[in-house]
Amino acid sequence: MTVDGTRPIVEIQNLHKSFGDNHVLRGIDFTVNQREVVCVIGPSGSGKSTLLRCVNLLEQPSDGKVFVRGEDITDPDCFLDDARRHIGMVFQQFNLFPHLSVLTNCTVAQTTVLKRKQSEAVAVARANLERVGLHEKIDAYPAQLSGGQQQRVAIARALSMDPALMLFDEPTSALDPELVGEVLTVMRKLAEDGMTMLVVTHEMAFAREVADRVVFMDAGVIVEQGSPHDVIGAPQHDRTRTFLKRVLDPTHVPPTS
Amino acid sequence: MSKTEAAATATERRGLSPRQRARRSRQIQYAILVVLVLVALFTADWKQIIDVFFKPELVWDAITGGLWHAMLKTIEYTAGAFVIGLVAGTVLALMRLSQVGPYRWLATAYIEFFRGLPAIIVFIAFSLLPLAFEGLTIPFDPYGVVWLALGIVAAAYMAEVIRAGIQAVPKGQIEAARSLGMPFGLATRKIVLPQAFRIVLPPLANDLILLVKDSSLVFIIGVSTDANELTGFGREMANNESNLTPLITAGFCYLLITLPLGILVRRLEAQAAKAR
Repeated sequence: MTVDGTRPIVEIQNLHKSFGDNHVLRGIDFTVNQREVVCVIGPSGSGKSTLLRCVNLLEQPSDGKVFVRGEDITDPDCFLDDARRHIGMVFQQFNLFPHLSVLTNCTVAQTTVLKRKQSEAVAVARANLERVGLHEKIDAYPAQLSGGQQQRVAIARALSMDPALMLFDEPTSALDPELVGEVLTVMRKLAEDGMTMLVVTHEMAFAREVADRVVFMDAGVIVEQGSPHDVIGAPQHDRTRTFLKRVLDPTHVPPTS
Repeated sequence: MSKTEAAATATERRGLSPRQRARRSRQIQYAILVVLVLVALFTADWKQIIDVFFKPELVWDAITGGLWHAMLKTIEYTAGAFVIGLVAGTVLALMRLSQVGPYRWLATAYIEFFRGLPAIIVFIAFSLLPLAFEGLTIPFDPYGVVWLALGIVAAAYMAEVIRAGIQAVPKGQIEAARSLGMPFGLATRKIVLPQAFRIVLPPLANDLILLVKDSSLVFIIGVSTDANELTGFGREMANNESNLTPLITAGFCYLLITLPLGILVRRLEAQAAKAR
């Protein structure tokens, strides 16, 4: 329970994850509350994507617990597919289904998983495609769209399941620079509409303007977290300062070995 | 030394330029071809050749005497075997990728066994089955036996092709499907398999063409004249007429099946490429 009485949507306790000898996450504790937008930043290899993938169990944690909407999804007897319906996920590489049209990408899980009627699923998909500004592309195939459009379809696909939480795994990292804006705009609108979001990103401007909380990770632990004003504006730790300097002022980074 | 002088010395030194040499080489190749054709034209006994291999009356007799019926049989045998091979091959491919060890071992054993075995042995085995097990009948005679014999071997080949196709579908696809709450089986059926089949369309068509030709082994089982496919039909008629023309005609009919198949596959491939 948080101070204002709402339950956290995501609660992570002492999370560890190793790939062989590679200890990627070394004891993570943190929560995401309802309607909160949390941005996770940090150098590559810091474990932020792995952390995100542990929230819908695309990665099986080595140790620790993950609660989503109060349910322990690390419990081996958890109905994982049921839990995942409520967790939308947006990938760096979009991962749209290339053999299905834009509309079907957004309806296939609705009709099969949620057992919605075709007409209802289409209506929901249309509404969400409209939300991301792509209602004119419903009959197109993913290969016919730009990267930015594909990522917006991916967002509409996830939204069509009416998730309680959206996970974004570096959603703009695979995009050409001029296409980043359209995706970030959609995400900002989503945040303003009150969606709970956990975003792994390198877009500092987005984190600064949209996030309620910024989490800085390095070497598998959370180094510091707080409001974007504090973490990005006045970082307390050396590692945070070094990272931010590299990201925000990349032309003045001293060469390292 | 002036420019023209320099060019002149260059020609003296190197002889023909590369372009001239290429032209000379082409001329020689054409000359050899012309000589060979002329030799063939004047030395061969064309009347005899046409009489034995391409006798027009016999071609006509074949066409009116059941060639199309035999071709239909070939198509029926192939199509049924292809369906069995496709279904069994998909099951075997999924077994090979299963989490359950024994399924993997069984599938691997089956595939290695039937891939290494000449198809003719399978046909001989099927022809002997009724002797070994008295009273054994396989339904849809004679289709059942043919489909089974051809399908058993085809499944082994197709399983490997389909497995490769499944593995060629990017991992992100199943991750996206699972993230939407789809159970593994549903994600496999709706997302992975359709993409896998698109990827393996060309090699699968190759298997189909091989199957068209393997259907000629049906004569090993010994079917009635009415159930004869192209090879059996051509062989029987060629024997009766002591002339190769019916066999050649039947052989040509295989091309009538395989060439359109090739065109169809290229079309489908182009269509699939659009959606990728």
